[in-house]
Amino acid sequence: MGDSDGSKTKVELDARFTELYRAHLRDVYSYAYYRVGNHHDAEDLTEQTFLQAYRHFERALRESNGRPLRPWLIRIAHNLAANFYRDRSRKPESAIEDAGVISSVHTTESLVEGREELQQILAGVAQLPDDRREALIMRFALDMDNREIARALGRTDGATKVLLHRAIRQLEGIVATPEETQG
Amino acid sequence: MTSGTTDFEALLREALAPVDPPADLAQRLELTLVNLTELAQDELESWELSAMRDPRNWVRPAAAALIGTTAGTALVVLRVRARHRARRAGSGSLRELAAGTLQDIAEETRRVLPDR
Repeated sequence: MGDSDGSKTKVELDARFTELYRAHLRDVYSYAYYRVGNHHDAEDLTEQTFLQAYRHFERALRESNGRPLRPWLIRIAHNLAANFYRDRSRKPESAIEDAGVISSVHTTESLVEGREELQQILAGVAQLPDDRREALIMRFALDMDNREIARALGRTDGATKVLLHRAIRQLEGIVATPEETQG
Repeated sequence: MTSGTTDFEALLREALAPVDPPADLAQRLELTLVNLTELAQDELESWELSAMRDPRNWVRPAAAALIGTTAGTALVVLRVRARHRARRAGSGSLRELAAGTLQDIAEETRRVLPDR
């Protein structure tokens, strides 16, 4: 009995992982891209995230109790990105270092190009502390709600709400004084 | 005031628009995942076949089949996983990693199953 159950489970697992992968490839890539600031590293980070997720998928499914797995995926990407900076002695601050470069590869390319205010915002995002920047990426690029962000960052819902609020306020302050962002 | 914040958030949403992954990344990733599952299966099957050619090995696979998912197998899996994790850090390629892991399975199975 164990054998047929086991192989069926494996097939089901692969099918579910494929679903997860297809549903969230764009999310993981967007997160990686805004986190590391260039396509090459974002591709690496995305690939590593899914390989890592594949290895631990069964356990994640078991422990998720039916909750969405997107926060888990983004948390993997978040941890890998942290290692990425540590291993290569890179400063996270260099991510999204060139708002022009980022705007040129947006899906909404024409929207950002030539709109100084959006470029200022991207430059401002790059100046935020890591946790605030990440929270903003999750909220605005991935459209995650507070609960999902809290799970991805390993914080409480309340702490996440405060984090987002402060991130937006700080960013507003940065954008309001553009000479600082460009200096 | 609230509308100011709302406007700013709308701008933020525009600035941080989702980024589509390059098409070749999706293809490469899917291929990698397919290869991973197939590689593991192929290597395991070929290891089983080569082991079965030697009659001295017949007792152990038979015992392994009997044991099924009991503690012995669980122990093998745990030990192999631990070594796999350690090896992963230093491994250059997936094939290398898979080969090493399969060797671990063989060693651990030999250790855990009763020697006869």
